[in-house]
Amino acid sequence: MKKIEALIRPQKLNEVKEALNKLGISGMTVTEVVGCGQQKGQKEIYRGFEYEINLLPKVKIEIVTIDNMVEEIIRIISDVARTGEIGDGKIFVYDVLDSVRIRTGERGIAAITSPKEGER
Amino acid sequence: MKKKFLTLLLGLIFLPGLSLAGEPGYNPGDVTFVLLSAALVFLMTPGLALFYGGMVRRKNVLNTVAMSFIAIVVVSLQWILIGYTLSFGNDVKGIIGDFSYLGLKNVMNITVSNLPGYVFSVFQLMFAIITAAIISGSVVERMSFAAWILFIALWTTLVYDPLAHMVWGGGILFKLPALDFAGGTVVHISSGVSGLVAALILGKRKEKETAPLMPHNLPLTILGAGLLWFGWFGFNAGSALAANNLAALAFINTNTSAVMAALAWALTEWLHRRKVTVLGIATGAVAGLVAVTPAAGYVTPASSVVIGFIGGVLVYIAVGILKTKFGYDDSLDAFGCHGVGGIWGAIATGIFASKAVNPAGADGVLYGNFGQLLNQLAGVGLAIALAVVGTAIILKLIGIFLPLRVKEEVESMGLDLTVHGEDAYKDLVFSGKSVPFL
Repeated sequence: MKKIEALIRPQKLNEVKEALNKLGISGMTVTEVVGCGQQKGQKEIYRGFEYEINLLPKVKIEIVTIDNMVEEIIRIISDVARTGEIGDGKIFVYDVLDSVRIRTGERGIAAITSPKEGER
Repeated sequence: MKKKFLTLLLGLIFLPGLSLAGEPGYNPGDVTFVLLSAALVFLMTPGLALFYGGMVRRKNVLNTVAMSFIAIVVVSLQWILIGYTLSFGNDVKGIIGDFSYLGLKNVMNITVSNLPGYVFSVFQLMFAIITAAIISGSVVERMSFAAWILFIALWTTLVYDPLAHMVWGGGILFKLPALDFAGGTVVHISSGVSGLVAALILGKRKEKETAPLMPHNLPLTILGAGLLWFGWFGFNAGSALAANNLAALAFINTNTSAVMAALAWALTEWLHRRKVTVLGIATGAVAGLVAVTPAAGYVTPASSVVIGFIGGVLVYIAVGILKTKFGYDDSLDAFGCHGVGGIWGAIATGIFASKAVNPAGADGVLYGNFGQLLNQLAGVGLAIALAVVGTAIILKLIGIFLPLRVKEEVESMGLDLTVHGEDAYKDLVFSGKSVPFL
């Protein structure tokens, strides 16, 4: 099992979510975050005074998935979230030791894959 | 039975009105107009609370709003007990009123400018409230709430009341005369300069140099500015103290100056930063409202075009350039907007005032009377001196008994949670926002 953590532009969230849904990925956690990387930040002006905003708003998507889906998910997120400009974001992949579906007590891969029709 | 009840009800509704109309000498139109104007001026203080509240960080919005609301509470009581009599009681040496109206006694039986005494006193009360509330703009995000309550009680008594007496209540500036139609000197210079003094005595906010102290909710600020603008029609037009042409002139001048200053701010900001900001348009409008306040009933609408435009540019320079240069932390620019705008307005009155507009006023420089400008400068000087000395003494005095500033950890946690035990945006904090206190 792997956890994919993607930091993307907020305006790309819906497109990425739809593309992942088409692939059959429906489980994800989305958080509004702020952060900085190579992107220089932006200027805001209040009463004639300029403020450099270093931390920019991004969206963080977290997906836990089976190993052989990882490359496909990375490809889809990269393709959809890319604008080509600085500030498109980053994707990180982590190993996941275990997972538990709280409702049923299922462990491991069973806990992160959808139960078959009829078993719900 | 039903008919009897209806008659009784109608009687109750109309009797007070009939009896007022029956009082000799009182024009019900004037009384109604000034009472409604008083209500409009009241609304300015909650408007100011939103105007200020949107400009602080989210961890301090409730405390900022509370500083205005507690001004309503404290000053209303002060005014009934001693404020009105100190301001409008019989003159004592040109400086202050005597105690003839202590606790509003005898006010029932007096007539002020063809208005029943209570009508005039409640209209004036609303000015005293917003004046104290304006000062909070300089000290928010760090001043102790207890010290603030004590401060406004003492400040209204020792600075506002004497100044109101000197300018409006028959004191030395009234006799000079230094013209102040609706409070450029009494309200705006006094509060703005006192704010600056208080900001200097309290010192900068701890995070001033390390974090961007940006507005957390501009729509709130815009809403507040709108309410201020709306209420200002009562502030200035109501100061005619009658439903007449002079009131309408003050109304037109008020709006004209506000739009001109908003335009001036937008233009200046575009030239300076290549952006027309919404906070800038709102701030410019407030600057124009301040600038025309002392002149509203003494100048032509064409003059208020100029007064507003110059006011907008001057306040922009004060707020956007000079404040950074001098490095003081006037949090929300009470001095920049009200102090600078008020000083310009008082001077402008000495330039543009015309007896052709208002025979009760005076001619200004443009109409051949250079002396009026000197009178206005005397008023400005006296107001600044009183505000500086009064504010410094009051704060030093309070500082002996309790700390003026909150503790460092309170300041960084925010005053809403620590001082009031409340949180304005609980749902946002728990929705996974990563920077709940920013």
